[in-house]
Amino acid sequence: MPESVKINPEAVGFKEKLSGYVETAQVYAQPYLDLPNDSFKKTVAVALALCLVGAIVVSGSAVILRPLQDWNKSKDEKVNILEVAELYQKGTDVEAAFKNVEPRIVDLATGDYVKDVDPANYDQWKAAKDPAQSESIPADKDIASIKRKPKYAKIYLVKEGDKLKSVILPVNGYGLWSTMYGFMALEADGETVVGMNLYDQAETPGLGGEVVNPKWKALWKGKKVYNFSGKEVHESNLSEKGQTIEIGEVALGLVKGSVDPSKAGSEYQVDALAGATLTSRGVSNLVQYWMSKEGYGLYLAKLRSARG
Amino acid sequence: MELELTEENKKVLVEPLVENNPITLQVLGICSALAVTSQLSTALIMSLALTSVTAFSSAGIAFIRNHVPSSIRIIAQMVIIASLVIVVDQLLKAFAYDVSKQLSVFVGLIITNCIVMGRAEAYAMKNPPWESFLDGIGNGLGYSLILITVAVIRELFGSGKLLGIDVFPLVKDGGWYVPNGLLLLPPSAFFLIGLIIWAVRTWKPKQVEKADFSIQPAHGIVHGEAH
Repeated sequence: MPESVKINPEAVGFKEKLSGYVETAQVYAQPYLDLPNDSFKKTVAVALALCLVGAIVVSGSAVILRPLQDWNKSKDEKVNILEVAELYQKGTDVEAAFKNVEPRIVDLATGDYVKDVDPANYDQWKAAKDPAQSESIPADKDIASIKRKPKYAKIYLVKEGDKLKSVILPVNGYGLWSTMYGFMALEADGETVVGMNLYDQAETPGLGGEVVNPKWKALWKGKKVYNFSGKEVHESNLSEKGQTIEIGEVALGLVKGSVDPSKAGSEYQVDALAGATLTSRGVSNLVQYWMSKEGYGLYLAKLRSARG
Repeated sequence: MELELTEENKKVLVEPLVENNPITLQVLGICSALAVTSQLSTALIMSLALTSVTAFSSAGIAFIRNHVPSSIRIIAQMVIIASLVIVVDQLLKAFAYDVSKQLSVFVGLIITNCIVMGRAEAYAMKNPPWESFLDGIGNGLGYSLILITVAVIRELFGSGKLLGIDVFPLVKDGGWYVPNGLLLLPPSAFFLIGLIIWAVRTWKPKQVEKADFSIQPAHGIVHGEAH
């Protein structure tokens, strides 16, 4: 250490301390600053110093802002969930409203609840990317173009008192430009739609991006997912007790033009988005996929049969 | 270092708005101008992000300009710019979560925005920090001016809204306005920026570039008769 560095031991104030450090730094840095700019030593020294400062700034901001970002993320997800179940208006207390919503884990292959996975730490879409927690979908069945699906899904039960009011099911599927992620809420009967909220998408703004338009989202309310009438379209599946459970044919989809509510079958139809054929097809496909027995079909069938 | 606005400094700040606009005269930073201008809100946040990054990175680079070895100067500039962009991205995620989701990758791409690099290399490497800071603000504002103009036109006529609020009632919602779908697609920003450049250069003919090649008058050809 050069002789000239003397930090006054009595200087305890922050300002004095700081100027002391700056002085020290200057004394150490001076020999390097005095070097010609293009010397090898200075090049390395400048590069190192810059990287160090940059790293401190970047990691510092990431660490300091992390709690705020996490809070934003979880609040955003909760708002999306509440919105699809019609529990959210502007100014709703998110935490209070979320008390009526209970996350549960469902095994898609059996349609039963899974008890040994903690819903608080489970992320369905992260699991879908993890080979250990997901399976790849054969191309002929992959109508929603999502390639992999998680073994377990994280659904939300909306309760009113002790009674089940609605179930909220996460869905995803490919539109025109992007994989759209969303929630679909069904009433406790397991077939009537409460709402559809595709909250994460990058479709063309104004065309396919209109999937976020509240007016379009409102069209979903009251629509039916399953058609139980045609005999040959029934998909039966053996439950563990040996009885058959009817899954039904997924009939809900988007249609071009306006839906005439007086016509038969209109309860299975939602207006497609104007000027967004491919996004509309993507939405139809994701409903088709996730409501079938590949997705929540079995779970919903069990929900229905439990109600009797 | 004195923080004051001399006549010279004011010129540094105001000139990039029209006289030396980074988009219309230098034609830099076009890609983000196409990508984030379909809505005004994203354009505003992007403008704010780019202006602050340009200003602070220019100031930072100017501060160390006398000690940057010329062999690594571009990388040194990039380190400063990239660090600032990440900080801005983190701030947006913490305080403007919805907008940051919409801007997604484009905030990160400020790192490669030609305006930021251009000002660092052309101005900040040769001028003191305060002037470089003002130069960054000025160029950021010049970029913002074009971005906001394009975004207002695209959102208003493309979806009948401004900042998400209905201005023209759309036909599909029972109103009278038929939106122009082309304006919502990226190419429309090209057309708009082209028209703006045309307008500015008609207003200020000094900005018109000289042709690189002039077509020589023909010699030895008389009315289609070959010799």
